[in-house]
Amino acid sequence: MNFKRNALKAAFPHTIPVMTGYIVLGAAYGILLSSKGYSFVWALLTSLFIYAGSMQFVSISLLAAGFQPLATLAITIMVNARHLFYGISMLSKFKGTGILKPYLIFGLTDETFSILVASDPPEGVNKKWFLFFITLLDHIYWIIGSLLGSLLGSILTFNTSGMDFALTALFLVIFIDQWRSTKNHLPVVIGVGSSMVCRMLFGPSNFIIPSMVSILLLVTLLQKKIELRNSL
Amino acid sequence: MTFTLMQSIIFFGIISITTLATRALPFLLFPEHKEMPKYIKYLGNVLPYTIIGMLVIYCFKEVNFMQQPFAIPEIISTVIIVLLHLWKKNMLLSIGGGTAIYMFLIQVVF
Repeated sequence: MNFKRNALKAAFPHTIPVMTGYIVLGAAYGILLSSKGYSFVWALLTSLFIYAGSMQFVSISLLAAGFQPLATLAITIMVNARHLFYGISMLSKFKGTGILKPYLIFGLTDETFSILVASDPPEGVNKKWFLFFITLLDHIYWIIGSLLGSLLGSILTFNTSGMDFALTALFLVIFIDQWRSTKNHLPVVIGVGSSMVCRMLFGPSNFIIPSMVSILLLVTLLQKKIELRNSL
Repeated sequence: MTFTLMQSIIFFGIISITTLATRALPFLLFPEHKEMPKYIKYLGNVLPYTIIGMLVIYCFKEVNFMQQPFAIPEIISTVIIVLLHLWKKNMLLSIGGGTAIYMFLIQVVF
C-alpha cells in the first residue's frame, strides 16, 4: 500500500495546474449541459465515460443539431484525431503498466498527455502507479468541475472568465521546458510552424487534421536529418 | 432534454466509444509483445516535441489580431509566462502568475 501512497504524493503536484483549468472548464461544460435540460446525472456520466473536454463542448452544439448518429461518429473522429499522436508517443512509456494500462489509455486527454510527456517519476517511486494517479486525479478534477457547474452554475457569482487560461499557460510552460531540454529544435519548429500555417489556411475549426498531416509528412521527410542531430 | 432518453444514451455512447477508440488505436496496432517498427519508434520519440507546439497554437486559435483588443491580453500574459518561467523555472508560479494577469487584463483592463 505504501508504494501507492508514495506514487500519489509524487503525482499530485504535477496535476495542480490541470486542477484549476479542469474545474473551471468542467464547470462551464456542466452549466452548458444543464442549459440543455440535462441534469447533474448526465454531467457525471458523460464526464466519467467520455472524458474529452473539447469533444464534450462540441457535443453540446450537436445536441441542438438533431439526433444524427453517423454525423456524431464522424465528428467525434475528426475532433479526436489528435489522440492518435498521443497514443504513438506513449507506446513506450505505457509498456509494462499491466492492468492499469487500459485506464491510462482511456484517460489520455490533451492535458494528461502533456503532463505525462513532461514528467518522470522521482527515484524510488513506482512508475505505473505514478502515471495512474496523474491520470486519475485529472479525471476526478474534470468530474468535480462538471458536477459543480451542473449543480451550482446558476448561483455562481465569482467572475471566473479567463481562468481557463491556466491550461494555455500549462502548455506554454511545457513547451518552454521541452525547448530547453534539447538542442535539436527542428521538431518543435515543425510542430509550431505547421500548426500556424494550417490555422491561417484552414481557419480555427478545421486546422488540426491538416496540421497533423503536415507534421507527419515533415518529420518523415526530415527523419535522417532529425535523427542525425539527435545523435550529436 | 433535447433527445429522448434512449437517443441520449446512444448519442453520448457513440461519443464515448469513438473517443476511446481514437485513444486506443495505436496501442491495438502496436501491442507490447511485438517488436515496434523502427519508424513508429522514431515517431514516438519525435511527435511529443511537435504536438505541444500544436496544442499551444490550438489554445490561441480564436485569437484575433485585427479586432479589439488586438490579442493584447494574450500577448502580455504569454510574454510574462515565458519570462517568469525562464527566470524562476517554477511551473506553478509561471502558470498561476500568468493566469492571474490574464484574468486581470480581460476582466478589468480590456
